Amino acid sequence: MLFTPWSSQAASAVLDATCEKPGPVLISLQALQNEFGYVPKEAVEMVAKACNVSRADVHGVLTFYHDLRTSPPPKNSVRICVAEACQSVGSRKLVEDAEKVFGTQMEESNDDIELKPVYCLGNCALGPSAMVDGELIGRATANDLHHLVKAKS
Amino acid sequence: MSIRIYVPKDAAVRSIGADLVALAIEAESARRGLSIDIVRNGTRGALWLEPMVEVETNEGRVAYGPVTVADVDSLFDSSFHTGGRHKLSLGLTEDIAWLARQDRVTFARVGVIDPLSLADYQEHGGLVGLRRALTLQQEEIVTEVTQSGLRGRGGAGFPAGIKWRTVMATASDQKFICCNADEGDSGTFADRMLMEGDPFTLLEGMTIAGLAVGATEAVVYIRSEYPAAYATVNQAIKLARAFGWLGENVLGSGRAFNIRTRLGGGSYVCGEETAMLESIEGKRGVVRSKPPLPAIFGLFGKPTVINNVLTLATVPAILADGADAYMARGVGRSVGTQVFQLAGNIARGGIVETAFGVTLGELVNDFGAGTLSGLPLRAVQVGGPLGAYLPVSSLNVSMDYESLLAAGGMLGHGGVVVFDESVDMAQQAKFAMEFCAVESCGKCTPCRLGSTRGAETILKIMNGEDVQGNKKLLLDLCEVMTDGSLCAMGGLTPLPVRSAMLHFNEDFDRRARA
Ligand SMILES: Cc1cc2nc3c(=O)[nH]c(=O)nc-3n(C[C@H](O)[C@H](O)[C@H](O)COP(=O)(O)O)c2cc1C
Ligand code: SF4
Ligand code: FES
Ligand code: FES
Repeated sequence: MLFTPWSSQAASAVLDATCEKPGPVLISLQALQNEFGYVPKEAVEMVAKACNVSRADVHGVLTFYHDLRTSPPPKNSVRICVAEACQSVGSRKLVEDAEKVFGTQMEESNDDIELKPVYCLGNCALGPSAMVDGELIGRATANDLHHLVKAKS
Repeated sequence: MSIRIYVPKDAAVRSIGADLVALAIEAESARRGLSIDIVRNGTRGALWLEPMVEVETNEGRVAYGPVTVADVDSLFDSSFHTGGRHKLSLGLTEDIAWLARQDRVTFARVGVIDPLSLADYQEHGGLVGLRRALTLQQEEIVTEVTQSGLRGRGGAGFPAGIKWRTVMATASDQKFICCNADEGDSGTFADRMLMEGDPFTLLEGMTIAGLAVGATEAVVYIRSEYPAAYATVNQAIKLARAFGWLGENVLGSGRAFNIRTRLGGGSYVCGEETAMLESIEGKRGVVRSKPPLPAIFGLFGKPTVINNVLTLATVPAILADGADAYMARGVGRSVGTQVFQLAGNIARGGIVETAFGVTLGELVNDFGAGTLSGLPLRAVQVGGPLGAYLPVSSLNVSMDYESLLAAGGMLGHGGVVVFDESVDMAQQAKFAMEFCAVESCGKCTPCRLGSTRGAETILKIMNGEDVQGNKKLLLDLCEVMTDGSLCAMGGLTPLPVRSAMLHFNEDFDRRARA
C-alpha cells in the first residue's frame, strides 16, 4: 500500500477536512492513518489543537482502538482470524503454519511483513479466513497467503 | 438480446475467487462473440454452493455451482448461457431445496437484485414500505412496528416498537437514528451480507424509523473489518440522495432525512450500544452507565434510536405487508423470522432465514448437513462469543429467544458455530476469557482483570494443577464477573465458560494429576 510520507504540513491539510465534523477525534486519527499509514506521536498535539480537546483525550483514543498504530506499517500486512468459527476449521494450525512460512511470529512486525490476529472477518462459513492488505481470503492456507504476499510485493 | 449472467460480488464469495470467475466468463464470452451482461449481485447465502453463477432464462434463473475458473470453458461448451445442462447444474435457483425451504423476509432481495440498482430495487418491492409510511402519522408507524412484534436482532431482543415509542415521546430539537453495523460476533455475517447485497433496504428502514420518531439525522456505524460493506452503503446513500429519497425532501414529502456512515476502529466492545455512541462521538469506546437510556440521552446527548442492521432492514417489509403478516410467523413471543448464520465446521454453511421455532438440529443437520470434516459433531456455540456451547443432546432446542434462554443459552445475533469432536472445550473456555481480556473497555474490574485471571486459571486446569480447586475458583470468578459487570461483555463471558464446564467436564478433568 502506498502512503504519503509524514509531514506536519500534509497532516494539517488532512485535519482541515475532519476537524469541523461532529465528534472529530477518531475520524481525524483514522484520516491521518489513511494518509500516512500510521499516526506518529507528534500528531497527537496537532489533533488536540485542531479538534479543541486535550492531548490526553487524543492519546486515550489513539491507544484504545486496535486499528490505530503509532509506527509505520510494514510493506504487507496479514491478519488471520482467530475467532471461534475459524478455530473450528483449523485457524490455530493456520497461525502456526503462517508463522513458519513467513518466518515471523504473530503480533510481531518487521519492515516487510506483519502477522496480526483479528477477531472475525464476517466470513465464518468459509474459514479459516485471513486478510492480506485488505483483501479477504477464505479457506486460507499458509501457502495461499504467502503466494499472495509475494505477488503483491 | 444480451444474456444476463449473475456472479456474486459479496466479500465471502470474492474470498473464494468470484472475481476471477467473472473475468473468465467475460473473456470467454468475448472470445466466442457472445454478448453478455454480467450483474454482480449479492449472495443467495448458500455459501457451500458459491461461487454460484446464475443465468437468466425464460423459465427463470438457472444456477451453476460451485464454479471455478477451470469450469468456465466447459460451461460455455454446454451452453450454460442459455441454461444448458452441465455437471455443475443446480436447476432453477428458486427450486434449490436448501433455498426453497427458507422463508425470506429480511433477506428477500439479497442475491436476487443488483445491490446498487434503484430500478431493480423498486421492481422487487423496494420503497413500498417507505411510501406507505409517508402517508401515516408517527404514532401509526410506531404502532405498526410494535404490533408486528419485531425484536432487536443485535442480541438483546428488546421490542423495537417500544424503543421507538420512547424516542418519539421525548421532545428534543434533534434526534438520531443509529444503525449498529459493528457485527463483531464470530459466526455472524448477515449484517454484512445485507449491506453488500441489498443496502437500500437498510436505508429504507432507517428512513422509516426517522419518520416514526421525528429524527432527521442518522448514522450507520460499520466495523472496519467490512471495507466492502462500507463502500457499498456509502454508494447507496449517494444514489438515494441523487434519486431524491435522502436529503431535505424525502420522495417529495417535504420531510428531511440524512444518513452518514462511520467506520469503527477494530474494537469488539464498540458494538455495545453506548460504547458505539461514544465511538461515533470520536471518543474511547467505553460503555456508559444506564440510565439514562440512549432513547432519552443518546448520541451527543440527544434522543436516539439504536437498532441492529437486521432490525432496521426488516421494517420496510413490515410497513409494506402489514404487522399481521410478520406476526403470523414464529413461536410465542419470538415472532417473525430470524436470519440464522450457519458457520464453522459445517458442510453447508450460509444464511438460513426462517421463522423462529426451527430446531437447532434442523439447522445443523438438515440445512447444514453436519460437520465439514465428516467427524462427529461435538459442540455448537449459539449467539456469538458470549453465547453458550451446547452439546449434541441440546439439538432439539427450539431456536427462539425464550427456549434458548431456558436451555441455558442465548440467541444473540443468530450465529450458529459448529465444532467437531476434535475440539478441546477447555481451550475454548480459555479463549472466551482471553477474548474478554483483549476487548474489555476497562471500566469494571471483574471484566478487565477477572478475565485475565480466568484465562490463567483455565491454563492451570489444562496443565493438571489442582484441577478441582481451580475449577471451583473459576466458577467463583464467573459469578463475580456475572454480578459485577456493567455490560454483557464481562457479564456474559461466563456463559461460554460455564456451559463448557457443564456439558464438557471431561475436557477439564482430562489432565488432572492422579
Ligand atoms: C459487548 C457487546 C457487543 C455488542 N455487539 C453488537 C453488534 O456488533 N451489533 C449489534 O447490533 N448489537 C451489538 N450488541 C448489542 C447492542 O448493545 C444493542 O443491544 C443493539 O445494538 C440494539 O439494537 P437492536 O435492539 O436492534 O438489537 C452488543 C452488546 C455487547 C454487550
Ligand atoms: S463489562 Fe467489561 S466491557 Fe462492559 S462496561 Fe464493564 S469493563 Fe466495559
Ligand atoms: S470467525 Fe473467522 S471470519 Fe468469522
Ligand atoms: S463500573 Fe466500576 S467496577 Fe464496574
